Amino acid sequence: MLVSSPEKLEGGKVIIPGVGAFGKGMENLKPFLPEMRRALSSGVFVLGICLGLHLMLEGSEEAPGVRGIGALKGRVVKINTTLPLPHIGWNWVSPQKESCPLFKNAGGGHAYFVHSYHALPEEEVIAATTDYGGRVTAAVWKENLFGVQFHPEKSGPYGLKILKNFMELEC
Amino acid sequence: MLTKRIIPCLDCDLAVPDGRVVKGVEFEQIRYAGVPWDLARRYYLEGADEIVFLDITASHERRETMVHVLERTCEEVFIPLTVGGGIRSLEDARRVFNAGADKIAINTAAIQNPPLITEISRHFGSQACVVAIDAKRRYVNLEGKTIVETPEGPCWFECSIYGGRKFVGLDAIQWAVEAERRGAGEILLTSMDRDGTTQGYDISLTKAISERVSIPVIASGGCGGPQHMYEVFRETRASAALAASIFHYGTYSIRQVKEYLAERGIEVRMDYPSSV
Repeated sequence: MLVSSPEKLEGGKVIIPGVGAFGKGMENLKPFLPEMRRALSSGVFVLGICLGLHLMLEGSEEAPGVRGIGALKGRVVKINTTLPLPHIGWNWVSPQKESCPLFKNAGGGHAYFVHSYHALPEEEVIAATTDYGGRVTAAVWKENLFGVQFHPEKSGPYGLKILKNFMELEC
Repeated sequence: MLTKRIIPCLDCDLAVPDGRVVKGVEFEQIRYAGVPWDLARRYYLEGADEIVFLDITASHERRETMVHVLERTCEEVFIPLTVGGGIRSLEDARRVFNAGADKIAINTAAIQNPPLITEISRHFGSQACVVAIDAKRRYVNLEGKTIVETPEGPCWFECSIYGGRKFVGLDAIQWAVEAERRGAGEILLTSMDRDGTTQGYDISLTKAISERVSIPVIASGGCGGPQHMYEVFRETRASAALAASIFHYGTYSIRQVKEYLAERGIEVRMDYPSSV
């Protein structure tokens, strides 16, 4: 279900999608914030996709001064690489935490990325990485919070498997 | 590292209900190939990395038909979709993004109104703004042009607009560099000399442009088989290879092409929906 107002934010799981910039994203998310903070701390499963993952951190180089949701400690930074940015295309996702339920029966695979910034959490929550002339965060996992840098909805069968794993999580 | 992408292209005639995919030879002689979303689904199942829809219609109903085609496609196809043809404004672009497109491709409008590139990439991100270039070799009037030495002699490349019907004297190599500077996220580069001939991509053209820009270049026009895709990946810095007729008429499946490339050391994505 696609929700456009905060009252509708209920149910077992929340997906924060997103293509766009950090500053504008936080602005659009503002009406949802109190409800979303409540949801995050209540143990509801949340999946942030691309910008949706970025918004879960405390802030981003992309929009200095704008505060993120802050559910994960750390910041969003520009990818450190000599290769062209944005990083666009199919790249290999290497799970770093085999126990992460998103990668259950999926393991590594090619996924579709479109971004110039990536999450650098301060805690040990990186669940998968990819290589783009340097290590790039591909997925994070902390208790009920999940985030993927790639677009599972555009990543063919591999991406659908990741989404299915998220939908099948049980409280 | 990023894989090389294989992209089937659907030239869509949207003047009929539901639209239909057609294919021309050297920008003429139209042949009929199928219903857009049926072909899109088939290519997705075969392992396509992305699908390009080019609207070749010049009718008023086409916008609604393209929206319909995209919505139907998005129900079953989970890879990036690019739409080109007839996008003249930010509003046109917004409409196809809302219908499910991930990227739009502009040619005529970009040449006639270059600030549109910047406008679209500011609103939707540079990754969503593909500049399509239809280029034709010219062996005369070389002055002021970027000359490329080809096996057929020195030439420059002229941009065409209106689907190959008009030339404006614009140098394709210089234009590609400018398009990148204005915010294009990708170049869809079609050789008009090779399009529909199955003689292989124009390597000289693809090499010249892919070495001068840092954004991805999609090679297009002339693919007759996997050997041509291998050639363009080996000889140039192209990031993706686009083809139409070899896939439409079943000469090769996308899977066959990818296996051919993988055997020769080109990194491609091998993930087929049937395997899940």
